[in-house]
Amino acid sequence: MIRFDNVSKVYPKQTRPALRDVSLEVEKGEFVFLVGSSGSGKSTFLRLVLREERTSHGQVHVLGKDLARLSNWKVPQMRRQLGTVFQDFRLLPNKTVAENVAFAQEVIGKSKGEIRKSVPQVLDLVGLGGKEDRMPGELSGGEQQRVAIARAFVNRPKLLIADEPTGNLDPQTSVGIMKLLDRINRTGTTVLMATHDQNIVDQMRKRVIELEQGRLVRDQARGVYGYQH
Amino acid sequence: MRAQFVLSEIGVGLRRNLTMTFAVIVSVALSLALFGGSLLMSDQVNTMKGYWYDKVNVSIFLCNKSDAESDANCAKGAVTADQKKQIKSDLDKMGVVEKVTYESQDDAYKHYKEQFGDSPLASSLTPDQMQESYRIKLKDPEKYQVIATAFDGRDGVQSVQDQKGILDNLFGLLNGMNWAARAVMALMLVVALMLIVNTVRVSAFSRRRETGIMRLVGASGFYIQAPFIAEAAVAGLIGGTVACGFLVIARYFIIDHGLALSEKLNLINFIGWDAVLTKLPLILATSLLMPALAAFFALRKYLKV
Repeated sequence: MIRFDNVSKVYPKQTRPALRDVSLEVEKGEFVFLVGSSGSGKSTFLRLVLREERTSHGQVHVLGKDLARLSNWKVPQMRRQLGTVFQDFRLLPNKTVAENVAFAQEVIGKSKGEIRKSVPQVLDLVGLGGKEDRMPGELSGGEQQRVAIARAFVNRPKLLIADEPTGNLDPQTSVGIMKLLDRINRTGTTVLMATHDQNIVDQMRKRVIELEQGRLVRDQARGVYGYQH
Repeated sequence: MRAQFVLSEIGVGLRRNLTMTFAVIVSVALSLALFGGSLLMSDQVNTMKGYWYDKVNVSIFLCNKSDAESDANCAKGAVTADQKKQIKSDLDKMGVVEKVTYESQDDAYKHYKEQFGDSPLASSLTPDQMQESYRIKLKDPEKYQVIATAFDGRDGVQSVQDQKGILDNLFGLLNGMNWAARAVMALMLVVALMLIVNTVRVSAFSRRRETGIMRLVGASGFYIQAPFIAEAAVAGLIGGTVACGFLVIARYFIIDHGLALSEKLNLINFIGWDAVLTKLPLILATSLLMPALAAFFALRKYLKV
């Protein structure tokens, strides 16, 4: 699903690499936590998977494709098989819940009939059935993140990338979001989640990948957070 | 559905930047109206030049029968064959002359018809009212005076005209105006392009959340850029339509009504509606493509995958 081979990333005008010689593999259907302090390289890792950045050295394979060899015009096709969720939800404030989810399908040219079918389905899945016509501003943070997850999942991606999805939520709400991500993972979708949330990592007991100053320092199945503040 | 989605996005975008859109429309309209005006001015000059303008420098008009009655220069009657022969051989001997062409009354009638075809004056003319003439090309156009002193006042010669002298001042003025129009057009064009680039960037910036999501869910580059390009094209097309309106109105009020130059200067042949109408598709196409291209290049850096 994801394979990093000796990947390093140096941003222009910076001497310290953001990632140093990282090699790892994530299999289909896995649930993986990516942990590490700020500046450890988590964001760079995710940006490389999304091909928002290219590597300085080494290769990144996502869904069996070498991203370095993927030409720019093929990147959109690749991203249609990924779903992305962020800490700040990134919903469109002037669209309703249903429109926000439908947007992800409209802009890749899905038919109206298809959209009408899949949007209520995915809203039910994330537990927002009946709130289709609400505006994001009327929802709680947890509900907004559920909308964002619905939007990321509506095109049935093979890989869901979540960048601190619980970063803005209280612990109880976070547990709800984690249950949802776990449910999505059980449908066969690989989940890669960057997080700072120690409780969540410790409770879920999934694979943990830890980065420190750009280096891969730990890759542990059924791991705990372990990082010292 | 797709079209509806794109169209609503364009509408939202244009309204969001109403002042900028307005500025784009006005600057595109002005620059293209000047562009069209400059093309029409060239057409006007070409229309006025007539058959001989670019071919000769001096014309010697010979007396015809009606001149013999009305014109003091022709008091001795219409030109005779001997006089014509003499003029021709004198011209051939002159060193400054490069080429002499004889224009018969029938030729003159034909050329007149070509230039003033549908004017009321032309329809009342007959060939025998036309003048025969010698059309002379000089090696040095400045040597007009040599011909004038040699033939002015000779029997059978009605007048010697420096063909360019008459029209050159007018053409100089028109040309000057034309260049001024082009210079202003070029400036307005630069302004229009910069406004379009800026409008598109503001538009892209104000919608960066949408475009960011579009990129992440895998919308194609074309799908992301199309609304912005279409926005610029629509604004440009409105400007182009306004420019077309300007030209039609200008033709109407300057030549036919209002200033009504066609009545006041009825010896001048003015451009017709066909000259104006053939420019309109060109202007509309430019107004559509130019902003679209500008938007495309403005976005290339802004909305990379």
